[in-house]
Amino acid sequence: MSTAMTKVVQSSRTSRIAGLVAIVLILALLSAAGWADRGTLSLLMEFFCYLALAEMWNLLAGFAGIVSLGQQAFLGLGGYALFFAALRLGWNPLEAFLLAGVAGAIIAVPSALVVFRLHGAYLAIGTWVLAEVLRLIFSEVPSLGAGSGISLPVKFAKSVHLGGMHRDAVLYLAALALALITILASYLLLRSQRGLALTAIRDNELGARSSGVRIFSVKLMVFAATGLGTGFTGALLYLAKLRISPLAAFDVNWTSYMIFMVVIGGVGTLEGPIVGTLVYFILRQYLADLGSWYLIILGVVAVTVMLRLPMGIWGTVARKYDISLFPTRRRVLFDQDKPTTPGVAASSAETTA
Amino acid sequence: MKAFLDSILSGVLLGSLYGLFASGLSLVFGVMRLVNVAHGDFIVLAAFLALAFLHITGIASPFLMLVILIPLMFVLGYLLQRGVLNPALGPDILRPVLITFGLSVIVQNGLQQAFSADSQKLQGGRIETASIPLPDGLAIGTFPLLTLVVAVALIGLLQWILYRTKLGRALRATSDDLSTAGLMGVNTPHLFGIAAGLAMVTVAVAGVFTGIRASFDASAGPAWLIFAFEAVIIGGLGSLWGTLAGGIILGIAQAIGAYLSPAWQMLAGHVVFLIALMFFPRGLFPRRSE
Repeated sequence: MSTAMTKVVQSSRTSRIAGLVAIVLILALLSAAGWADRGTLSLLMEFFCYLALAEMWNLLAGFAGIVSLGQQAFLGLGGYALFFAALRLGWNPLEAFLLAGVAGAIIAVPSALVVFRLHGAYLAIGTWVLAEVLRLIFSEVPSLGAGSGISLPVKFAKSVHLGGMHRDAVLYLAALALALITILASYLLLRSQRGLALTAIRDNELGARSSGVRIFSVKLMVFAATGLGTGFTGALLYLAKLRISPLAAFDVNWTSYMIFMVVIGGVGTLEGPIVGTLVYFILRQYLADLGSWYLIILGVVAVTVMLRLPMGIWGTVARKYDISLFPTRRRVLFDQDKPTTPGVAASSAETTA
Repeated sequence: MKAFLDSILSGVLLGSLYGLFASGLSLVFGVMRLVNVAHGDFIVLAAFLALAFLHITGIASPFLMLVILIPLMFVLGYLLQRGVLNPALGPDILRPVLITFGLSVIVQNGLQQAFSADSQKLQGGRIETASIPLPDGLAIGTFPLLTLVVAVALIGLLQWILYRTKLGRALRATSDDLSTAGLMGVNTPHLFGIAAGLAMVTVAVAGVFTGIRASFDASAGPAWLIFAFEAVIIGGLGSLWGTLAGGIILGIAQAIGAYLSPAWQMLAGHVVFLIALMFFPRGLFPRRSE
């Protein structure tokens, strides 16, 4: 390095302010469990479930380069694992919920061994085939309602409680926790060495491999982790719906919504899916009554954004004003940006968080 | 035994339809490394357009509709490639996948809006029920046999274009090395448009044949895309005859599954695909040069 007066940093003043705002916002959201009405709570629960799904799809596609069209496989599996544990094993809601996530992670590993033989768009459709296989299998299990689906008894739903709180409040808090943990885990992962490996794989797989990145194990880890999280989310969503059927649980539209939220907000940033999920819920609020037109509009918006603003809303804004709320990129500051004495600069030319 | 042989035979013929589905997907991937996720929905679109033209013109034969449908779909493919897909091509594979996935949602719901969610069928006339007797009491349906003949003819035609014409030489050159082909004076955006147009010709034929064979509705596209995709992967990327063979293998697998239990038809097809993927990741008939 010729100047030696450089410094690699990740955080910035904006990100530190954003951190404070985030803490206040989280406290406000937590308190909603106490004062919001049931309708608001269930809408918020759904919002945070979708946010978690979007963040996980973003982690797969935007950071690990695994473009999956089959995430509904893990969502449906989580839902079905919950129903199976509740109806056939007689487990309590918490145990059933934990099983759902574990089931997602366990199935993700052999799935990855098969579909990772495919690349790019072929991998995308390969994951879709996996979801179809699961849908067909669950359509043939009579003890889980086969093709027509099955309901949870009201007694089971009523047994969901936490310190006297109503079911809707508990489910909302669980969804909020899921979304926050997903974002936090993605953030920590991306700032770690593994995260660097991950983005290296996405940007240039061959280059990453030749730099010693164990591509397969890193990708496998991300795929299994998102399988876990998507399984949990599926369990929560279907615990709220109280009825599951193969056609609905393994519907590719689940993945369509994840993609829409991520693409609109901005692929490859942690902030993007938050913006995208907000946009999605606003559009849904106004357009859901339009039936087919609603999905046509979502499709047109997504294609247009993909063509005109490939970085999405957040990506475009962030680049224009150079802001990052969850700084995961490593930025090089040159001496004219931040004057430092040569001795200090030379010793600090390393990653500082 | 006779019933088993019968189902194998029908599997081969069904598989030729899958080969027809898959040939366009295979061609487009071979030339520009693009996977059109909306491929299945375009087949459904072609079937519905044939239905609409039958209604408008008052002609009885869906086969005659191909006269309008083939040029129309060619133009649609060309324009879609030039206008929407060419700008999305590049080192980032995410964009073409997501854009074609968006197109899939648009076409599927657009069809639902225009033609409702009801099942439809193209009436092929007497040929649908006609059959040709074979020894040992077996019989072969005339229409499924025609499908096989058309699939072989269409893939033969594409193969002839690729290996015997000036256009094919440019297509293969572009497939091998995009930037060098461009330097040699190949107009790649136009060429990609032509390739997409040719793929849409196969889509038009596939739409009419599948619409006559069985009933279809606006949401059938994804299932057909998956069959096409499985045929391409089983056969091996970049080989059109391999794609047809992959389709036939898939058809046989589904027929054997259906023979064992009607519920297993689709599952058997997917399982054979996954097994093929595990043991022959490059397909059964991969192109030698890759």
